[in-house]
Amino acid sequence: MIEARQLRKRYGDKTAVDAVDFTVRPGAVTGFLGPNGAGKSTTMRMIVGLDAPTSGTVTVNGRRYDRHAAPLHEVGALLEARSIHPGRSAFQHLMALAHTHGISRSRVDDVIEMTGLQSVARKRAGAFSLGMGQRLGIASALLGDPQTVMLDEPVNGLDPEGVLWIRNLLTGLAAEGRTVFVSSHLMSEMALVADHLIVIGRGRVLADTTVQDLVRQVGGDTVLVAGTDPARLRNVLAGPGVNVVGWPGSQQLSVTGLPAREIGLRAAEHGIALFELTAKTVSLEEAFMELTRDAVEYHAASSTGSAA
Amino acid sequence: MSIVAEKPQERTRHTQQGTKLTAIRVAHSEWAKLWSLRSTWITLSLGLLVLLAFGTIAALQYTSMTESGAEMDPEWAEASTLTLALFGVPFAMIALGVLGVLTASGEYTTGLIRSTLAAVPTRLPVLWAKAAVYGGLAFVVGTVGAFAAFLIASGLLSDSSIAMSISDTGVVRSLFGAGVYLGLVGVAGVALGALLRSTAGGISALVGTFMLVPGLMSLLPESWRDDITRYLPSNAGEAIFALPQADGMLSAGAGLLVLTGWTALALGGAAYRLRRSDA
Repeated sequence: MIEARQLRKRYGDKTAVDAVDFTVRPGAVTGFLGPNGAGKSTTMRMIVGLDAPTSGTVTVNGRRYDRHAAPLHEVGALLEARSIHPGRSAFQHLMALAHTHGISRSRVDDVIEMTGLQSVARKRAGAFSLGMGQRLGIASALLGDPQTVMLDEPVNGLDPEGVLWIRNLLTGLAAEGRTVFVSSHLMSEMALVADHLIVIGRGRVLADTTVQDLVRQVGGDTVLVAGTDPARLRNVLAGPGVNVVGWPGSQQLSVTGLPAREIGLRAAEHGIALFELTAKTVSLEEAFMELTRDAVEYHAASSTGSAA
Repeated sequence: MSIVAEKPQERTRHTQQGTKLTAIRVAHSEWAKLWSLRSTWITLSLGLLVLLAFGTIAALQYTSMTESGAEMDPEWAEASTLTLALFGVPFAMIALGVLGVLTASGEYTTGLIRSTLAAVPTRLPVLWAKAAVYGGLAFVVGTVGAFAAFLIASGLLSDSSIAMSISDTGVVRSLFGAGVYLGLVGVAGVALGALLRSTAGGISALVGTFMLVPGLMSLLPESWRDDITRYLPSNAGEAIFALPQADGMLSAGAGLLVLTGWTALALGGAAYRLRRSDA
């Protein structure tokens, strides 16, 4: 269980994470989604105490990470890919981490096997490919048999087989009752594994929801319509809860808040001929783009609003 | 069926038991880290080799000069078996100090520090462990090298007018002093590496402090020059293994105290930065 309360991180005058509140629960895979620079890595670094919050708190299983007697047993983290000395072998790297907690050599062998690194475990980690480096990072995350597993962009650099392996690993860990927190900037990847989603943009939580709810929430009911007189059609469709967007020089309108059937009926009623009437199912990727684009707009609007 | 279901649980319980972060375990981890890098082996061997080789060369040079009967430079005329044997100490100091810097700065330049501090989020135990483990190692290498260099030099110079034996007053103290000096330089290297988080910066600071600052003292007015110079890390350090003490030098004990103070200051700065700034 990870709980962030009003968590904020400022670097100089740039706010990376802005009063974030969220809870990551055990027994499920929680996706942490946002575009590059949204504050995902910074948030994860604060969870394991690498960065100190400017204000607010974040706890793991009810306590600050550094207050635990066996931190590696609480949280296993994969942060930025290369957190290793290139001169040590995978085995030596894992063994050095294991020593800090008195973790046995057999556990080190176990995680090497789990991550499929047996054949390269004695080679210098500096010569590892991106994918093997990721596997080594995941092996260190699993080393302490942690209650919470936190992985920052784990599929980066992995081949399709590796991606599938990660997916199974994550769902397996969650099925064992562990808290699994995974960041990504790829919505499609998250949709396959995450039970729950926390979407972050510009340091703020934009959505804390399930995959299905997110799609529904972000324009799941958009209808594309094109007709003879877009200006008149616009007036005909207007009403409370209805949003119509048009483009100059185009006869197409994008309508939310009205079902396709209702649009067709109203157009017929007013004698407007329609060329196109498409109910658009929003893909997750689009839902995500929509959500994060809104964040940018919201920020721009709010800053002009406060200046006025 | 039941076997399959029980086995992973057993293993989980096994790894959880006694799994706890302790200062001794952090030291064990740092020990393992040191020996798993080739640079450690190379640099420690180099430090040892420099102590033995330069001590031997200095002793041979002295005997050849006395045998040729030519008039000696004043520097050589004042030499003793001990000063000749310890001729390599300043060079070993560079090697051991640089490795100390690398031990700490390497964590930052490679990104390993993130793994290290995620495993030891209380942070300070990492610095203490590095300083203790590496300082101890540099002390042992320095002491072994100093004793070996003295035994070689005293063998070569046994027939000369400056022959000295290990049982002579102050020799053992002086040889241990050289080891202590090198150990403290190692700790200072760790501290500077951790403080500056950069290999180039740490090495520059170390070499600058021990080799360049003494040279700058000639810019000071003569009346205070000696009073300041002897408290410098380099001069206080040399006082620990000097035999006999030169004019204007601190006593061995005072030198030890002063160099320890400087080292503690650097270590304190490193601890402050480690605690206060993001990794």
